[in-house]
Amino acid sequence: MWSRRQGRLRPTVCGVEELRRRRREREAALRKARREQQLVSKRLLRNDAPEEAGEGCVAAILGETEVQQFLRQAQRGTEEKEREGALVSLRRGLQHPETQQTFIRLEGSMRTLVGLLTSNQALLQLEAARCLHELSHSEQSTVAEACLPATSYLLTYLSSHSSDFIELCLYTLGNLIVESEAVRRQLLPQGIVPALAACIQSPHVAVLEALGYALSQLLQAEEAPEKIIPSSILASTLPQHMLQMLQPGPKLNPGVAVEFAWCLHYIICSQVSNPLLIGHGALSTLGLLLLDLAGAVQKTEDAGLELLACPVLRCLSNLLTEAAVETVGGQMQLRDERVVAALFILLQFFFQKQPSLLPEGLWLLNNLTANSPSFCTSLLSLDLIEPLLQLLPVSNVVSVMVLTVLCNVAEKGPAYCQRLWPGPLLPALLHTLAFSDTEVVGQSLELLHLLFLYQPEAVQVFLQQSGLQALERHQEEAQLQDRVYALQQTALQG
Amino acid sequence: MQLPPALCARLAAGPGAAEPLPVERDPAAGAAPFRFVARPVRFPREHQFFEDGDVQRHLYLQDVIMQVADVPEKPRVPAFACQVAGCCQVFDALDDYEHHYHTLHGNVCSFCKRAFPSGHLLDAHILEWHDSLFQILSERQDMYQCLVEGCTEKFKTSRDRKDHMVRMHLYPADFRFDKPKKSRRIPSTICFGQGAARGFKSNKKKTKQC
Repeated sequence: MWSRRQGRLRPTVCGVEELRRRRREREAALRKARREQQLVSKRLLRNDAPEEAGEGCVAAILGETEVQQFLRQAQRGTEEKEREGALVSLRRGLQHPETQQTFIRLEGSMRTLVGLLTSNQALLQLEAARCLHELSHSEQSTVAEACLPATSYLLTYLSSHSSDFIELCLYTLGNLIVESEAVRRQLLPQGIVPALAACIQSPHVAVLEALGYALSQLLQAEEAPEKIIPSSILASTLPQHMLQMLQPGPKLNPGVAVEFAWCLHYIICSQVSNPLLIGHGALSTLGLLLLDLAGAVQKTEDAGLELLACPVLRCLSNLLTEAAVETVGGQMQLRDERVVAALFILLQFFFQKQPSLLPEGLWLLNNLTANSPSFCTSLLSLDLIEPLLQLLPVSNVVSVMVLTVLCNVAEKGPAYCQRLWPGPLLPALLHTLAFSDTEVVGQSLELLHLLFLYQPEAVQVFLQQSGLQALERHQEEAQLQDRVYALQQTALQG
Repeated sequence: MQLPPALCARLAAGPGAAEPLPVERDPAAGAAPFRFVARPVRFPREHQFFEDGDVQRHLYLQDVIMQVADVPEKPRVPAFACQVAGCCQVFDALDDYEHHYHTLHGNVCSFCKRAFPSGHLLDAHILEWHDSLFQILSERQDMYQCLVEGCTEKFKTSRDRKDHMVRMHLYPADFRFDKPKKSRRIPSTICFGQGAARGFKSNKKKTKQC
């Protein structure tokens, strides 16, 4: 799964430092793009044979005459090898934005390319498709939009039988889809959703991964919640098939699962028809997948499992907010306490490998415990309070979420608070009271209030450990004053 | 972060829910100035909460995040020829042969030797070009089916169907897999030789005679 893709340029001349620097740059660019709500990424599929790549890293930029020449050779050459060679040269040149611009400005170039794409000669067809793929990957709208005349054919070829070719068409379509609403306004009436839905029956893993990619790009579109998801997606058999791709077991392919998990996330967080998905068993499928992930995390060191864990956590968390969860009984609801065990194993994994995902894991924990005495009891009986407290120092956001989960447990009453104290909770709270972040302190005050209410013996110990001084620090803070005062009164009276 | 040793065992054991401890709330819990309420939280698509995870997803799409292994070279085999009668193309890689076979020999009309990208288009072609019953029926009812996957509209003539595909589905007017049947009749007594398509003009590449 992970090994099929090649990087843009083989990093033969780049050291580890250079790669890290590029990654930081890309990360910063992506963050900026997301804040501007312009997060668009394309996938490039290059299968250059090693000999080809060996001839120096990057091919030269082609001028207008050369592009014309190659096109003419490809179209009218006599020898098939010669024609194919011309297209290969064109394709290499198209790796450059300048060549791409030259190509699209040349009259009749796309027409010729489409003619080659639809010819009966297999290898020409494949090379022409690769040229289109290069063009589709461009960051310039004009280049990608120049590919529009080819889309009806790309869609037609999705029901052909050559898996490599279908894969290429899917990645090309996925790149085009994400380009602009104008492109999608053509692809939707051309029947892209039924065409994609037909592909889901393919037995080829590479095709399924490509399909998931294309679909995720479609679902990520800004207008998807109104214009694409309700009418096309939910009306098709895609949701059930997507869930099938996510069922744990020997047939689960991580690369495929990642793509479909993201598809599901885009559908679910659009909040168009989540009860329908719950009806298809989404909660139990995703719950079982979570268990599977926790198992995998314990076995392998790396392999990018967080790429799959993230969308799964999001889907579960959002689904749990649906009213349908409460009303639909039986196996549709998530009740298995192994889910809590799995979540903590993942939290530990995030803590070590990807701390930025801790909030997402804790979000699920909140949604699991908020209205569930059973899950709160699991936290206590599985001895998970202490590990939870160990997350407090990570960041303010994480602290607030940890404290919120603890409040979920404490608010259920004395039976729960008796298991929270005595123990490490009070010292931890005294520690968080020393934080300067208002939200962290505010949540600590809420938890203290619940603890004092249901476990009054804790008050004495609180006082003995300089609790009042800890409270005093915040008595001037507008957002905290009232609660600080109330707690001071409780402590002094108790 | 230290997890209790029994946790892994719990994960490996069977499903089950904890018997919940009794819930007993005091109304003073939610009394002002305290405002905590246990509730599940939902985040919409564009929420900032998703920023980190989204950025990682996109780094992955851009292939920066994983150190990708080398793509294995296409496995080469001793050269072999395509076994279809009349075709002498030679291959040394199975992938190339697979694609060749599907493109040129896969969905081929046995009447006129035209190749189609999919079984669906081949079936439509045979029906519309080579089935005399279709011709008869089409005089009385709408028989020309829209070629777009998922569309069930039918039309009286292939011209009407093309108009529909252009207008409703934004298909090109010269869509290559919907050529109108030419009305030129060639007397069946004229023979154009072994394996050639009947007609004066052939769109497909001439295969080498072996």
